[in-house]
Amino acid sequence: MPETIEQHAAYDSKIEGNIIFTKTDAAINWMRKNSLWPMPMGLACCAIELMASGASRFDIARFGAEVMRFSPRQSDVMIVAGTVTYKMALAVKRIWDQMPEPKWCIAMGACASSGGMYRSYAVLQGIDNLIPVDVYISGCPPRPEAVLEGLMRLQDKISKEGSSVAHFKTEKAV
Amino acid sequence: MTSILSILKDRFSGAILDTVEFRGEQTVIVEKAKAKEVIKYCRDELGFDYLIDVSSLDHLGEEPRWELVYELYALGNGAHHHLRIKYKMAEDDKADSVSDLWPTAGWHEREIYDMMGIEFNGLADHRRILMWEGYPYFPLRKDFPLAGRPSEMPDVAFTDRAPLAGGPFVTSPTSASTVHREPRSREMD
Repeated sequence: MPETIEQHAAYDSKIEGNIIFTKTDAAINWMRKNSLWPMPMGLACCAIELMASGASRFDIARFGAEVMRFSPRQSDVMIVAGTVTYKMALAVKRIWDQMPEPKWCIAMGACASSGGMYRSYAVLQGIDNLIPVDVYISGCPPRPEAVLEGLMRLQDKISKEGSSVAHFKTEKAV
Repeated sequence: MTSILSILKDRFSGAILDTVEFRGEQTVIVEKAKAKEVIKYCRDELGFDYLIDVSSLDHLGEEPRWELVYELYALGNGAHHHLRIKYKMAEDDKADSVSDLWPTAGWHEREIYDMMGIEFNGLADHRRILMWEGYPYFPLRKDFPLAGRPSEMPDVAFTDRAPLAGGPFVTSPTSASTVHREPRSREMD
């Protein structure tokens, strides 16, 4: 029996209907991390690698993140793939604001993380100037393996997130 | 065979300041006042039917400051001639738009206006093309720092200075040795 289930559940196959006991947090986090719907914020060449990650050779569907949503209302994780210019910056922020909680952000590649090679009048020096970033992926552009590694890191992060009940309480308090 | 340069020299003797021919590349340097007339003549009489590009140069510290460059090409009859027309212009002067001769010139002229701040007489659609309306600077001018300048337009866009870590590391054009031409830190602003 896998360790994670052993920790949280007592399983008795004799009981009809296969009942599993677990913590709400563990179950919610497990569901969230395995059905991350990305908002593909493809702004430059990183988007090509993101597309490769979605295609059959690398197959992002293995991690439950194949449902690229082009509506922020249906997305869980914004993958900022590419150079964020100042002209685009507030549009990215606006799309981020339209995404419902809980939401996460991956800064994919050098440009999204830090402005990359564009030390320029036209380029925002990292999307973390505007929105909170959970995972940074290095590379210019990163290979699909790196994108998948970043996604797995985000899954780890989500699985360790605190009590959802406490989360909602603090949100209300704020 | 009469060359294009000699035809132009005969036709516009006073307005042609100089001609350059280098490995088949032909360049005419003309007076600003006659520039549009020369360009129109090239299109109508010499068969230069295709405008490849319009671009501009900033000779900061020199007078006149601006230089405009028109790249013409003749596609008709398999001629494939290439002609470059240049003229210089004072800083407070306005260029004449050629968008009535080639509609495509509007795009190039808008870019020149956006990046250099050179304005065009007769350009119907005189808006910025890359930066947003209201951005206060012209970023391709030589006195504009590579790192950019802070600006703020609420709900439209903002800009900030980029960290250059001691840079910008830029080459300086010089005929001295490669040591002098190497990219070096040069602080501006």
